[in-house]
Amino acid sequence: MDQPRKAVALISGGLDSLLAAKVVLEQGVHVEGINFFTGFCVEGHTHAIRKTDRARPKRNNALWVAEQLGIKLHIVDIIEEYKEVVLNPRHGYGANLNPCLDCKVFMVRKAREWIEQKGFDFIITGEVIGQRPKSQRKDTMPVIAVESGADDRLLRPLCARNLPETLPEREGWVDRERLYAFSGRSRKPQMALADRFGFSDYAQLAGGCCFLTDAQYSRKLNDLWRARGERRYELDDIMLLKVGRHLRPRPHFKLIIGREDGENRFLEGYRKQFTHLVTRSHNGPLVLVDGEPGDEDLDLAARITARFSQGRDAEAVDVEIHIRNGATLTRQVKPISGEKIPSHWYL
Amino acid sequence: MSEVQLDARRLLCPLPVIRTQDRIEQLQRGDRLTVYCTDPGAIHDIPAWCRVHGHAVLEIVRHDEEITIRIEVQG
Repeated sequence: MDQPRKAVALISGGLDSLLAAKVVLEQGVHVEGINFFTGFCVEGHTHAIRKTDRARPKRNNALWVAEQLGIKLHIVDIIEEYKEVVLNPRHGYGANLNPCLDCKVFMVRKAREWIEQKGFDFIITGEVIGQRPKSQRKDTMPVIAVESGADDRLLRPLCARNLPETLPEREGWVDRERLYAFSGRSRKPQMALADRFGFSDYAQLAGGCCFLTDAQYSRKLNDLWRARGERRYELDDIMLLKVGRHLRPRPHFKLIIGREDGENRFLEGYRKQFTHLVTRSHNGPLVLVDGEPGDEDLDLAARITARFSQGRDAEAVDVEIHIRNGATLTRQVKPISGEKIPSHWYL
Repeated sequence: MSEVQLDARRLLCPLPVIRTQDRIEQLQRGDRLTVYCTDPGAIHDIPAWCRVHGHAVLEIVRHDEEITIRIEVQG
């Protein structure tokens, strides 16, 4: 008997990729999942940092999907390679700093390299024509197939019948008649199909799986590049943009202020790399200083730190300032008043 | 059979899972891996990853912020 054909499915953790993989599995194809970690993924870890979110069930949705499907999931770290996609997207950005089309091309290309290395036959995605304004349009579907090098080895089971036949259909590895012709932004067909397969409790990601689609996150990333005078980032930079309250009182430094214990504990891991402040006379946040503050700046940073402590209404608060690779100073300061913090300081 | 350790402390999920996956790829059936991590998400994610790949989770110990997960390679 012939060995079953093998496909890799891009699994985001959302409903569409779950359904796409299931549709092909149902046709007797061996399917394994692949999930890419860019560093911008919302997935799970922000819940882990913030203590207030700890009551919420934590799960990696891509792994949850793999368990529902009974397939293996390979999670691939693409942090370094992905920088080029974010910094220089050939097809530009969406509403924020989301390079959705370039991102999709990149991920399908990585999947194509993976199948070539592992001896798999084709690639499955959960794309639906018209679902996303930038990357899932009738005119961008061929761009992804061509630029990724996947060409007709890329099958979109949820909208395949609106598209030209692909290799797995032509070869009879999958039956085109048992694929779908979904299109548009409505989620109803997917929800009906999920119902038919008996899937419930699936994640509704709707573009929310990537911080780059978030306006506030994109503003903080743009601010980082502006302050540094160049467009580059490291993993720690983009992780820190997900944590705390960010205030830039002066162009040459900003403060990252922990909002609760979980964030303070996370920021503690960065103490050695940054000048940082803590309040001593009152409970308060851990505050990292990103940049090169002068002495007056440290005073301002101390007053802001005091403002976000339990001593916000006190006459004086003791603040410890730990200079990066240097001395520790203790200053008694009056907390800055709320009206002295202009809204544009908040990033 | 070898016993190996992996320090994934301070890494946020899914990085502890990815490091576990990449380490296990270099191991043989029957080898044991102990992963140390601090992201609470790892307590769910690493066992979930093990389940889908058929590896056995022998023990999970949580001590304050640190989580220790012992795995036997089986898949």
